[in-house]
Amino acid sequence: MLEETGPEWLSEEVKTGTTIIAIEFDGGVVLGSDSRVSAGASVVNRVMNKLSPLHDKIYCALSGSAADAQTIAEIVNYQLDVHSIEIGEDPQVRSAATLVRNISYKYKEELSAHLIVAGWDRRDGGQVFATLNGLLTRQPFAVGGSGSSYVYGFVDAEYRRGIRKEECQQFVVNTLTLAMNRDGSSGGVAYVVTIDEHGTEEKVVLGNQLPTFFDQ
Amino acid sequence: MEKHCTESRVKGVSTGTTILAAVFDGGVVIGFYLRSTINKVIQVHDRIFCCIAGSLADAQAITKAAKFHLSFHSVQMESPPRVMAAASVLKDLCYKNREELQAGFITAGWDKKNGPQVYVVALGGMLINQLVTIAGSGSTYIYGYIDAKYKPNMTKEECLQFATNALALAMGRDNVSGGVAHLVVVTEKGVEHVVVPGDKLPKFHDE
Repeated sequence: MLEETGPEWLSEEVKTGTTIIAIEFDGGVVLGSDSRVSAGASVVNRVMNKLSPLHDKIYCALSGSAADAQTIAEIVNYQLDVHSIEIGEDPQVRSAATLVRNISYKYKEELSAHLIVAGWDRRDGGQVFATLNGLLTRQPFAVGGSGSSYVYGFVDAEYRRGIRKEECQQFVVNTLTLAMNRDGSSGGVAYVVTIDEHGTEEKVVLGNQLPTFFDQ
Repeated sequence: MEKHCTESRVKGVSTGTTILAAVFDGGVVIGFYLRSTINKVIQVHDRIFCCIAGSLADAQAITKAAKFHLSFHSVQMESPPRVMAAASVLKDLCYKNREELQAGFITAGWDKKNGPQVYVVALGGMLINQLVTIAGSGSTYIYGYIDAKYKPNMTKEECLQFATNALALAMGRDNVSGGVAHLVVVTEKGVEHVVVPGDKLPKFHDE
């Protein structure tokens, strides 16, 4: 007798098994993410933007459990608003990252999400912070999500300090494409956010505009 | 958090390693580094090498049987075996016993009919021909690099540089400090073994 268990997406946890990346360039940061949200083997959202604003010039990239990641981002967005009113100016990227880290660390047993925080502030320019499992570390670039394992080698080989904005955007798109091609939990379109002293620019690179490689 | 499936979930002894095989214009390069002294790359015939992945015990048993079949086959045919023949022998053994076994292989070499070739025998007994392939616990980190940087019909020097870079990047991320990279080049002329010690490996941005 076969059991009626219903469609998978009713019972499986919704994860943004994903690829996220943030890179510092000369004058700002570029963040990138794929757009797939999966519940087991089902893709429940193929166009989700995983780059979430925490403030005008500070964004975070979400990975892990979709619910956990979104909730952390919303809470920190609120806390940063209050903080920026209190200090009377735009918050620092380090402050935003610290707020994310505080939640990630305090609730590390209950939560399973990793947020990369990146942005631009007047004091230190473009910065990228990783907050995996409750640590806080500033890095020249950070990758995260299930797809990131496949592109560590590529990013290690190709990253250079002080690259220009356009090169950095292309580098992010290339890295996301390579990861999406190999990771079953990453795919869809590529979202790219560029933050520098002049402002924030959001861009979508559709599937047919992504670069192709030798075996395609 | 997504848990990535690595070799360590396979039953039996599994050593940390990365294996790469790539076709260039005129031959193949097989690259590997080993964290232990267990031999994962076996020469099954003059110009055919076989890299084992997965459960070592299963792989050793299969290779022993395959070597026997292959030498017998080569005597019958009165000529060196084709790379496809070696891969097929491995595939047959893996497929027929797929319920019990957990071993995969990369077969790479050169033969007169088809030149340089790389075949992959995956876990259940699937056999496919690829231009470039990687395996081992460190291989996950360099999928992106391989996809981006491999070009068909490279020269031998370009391919050696590509393989050395790939191994160095994998070593950098796979919890190995220092190590020696081995490169085996198989062409019509013969087999060449290049050893690159840890201090001669290419360095990347964080070193």
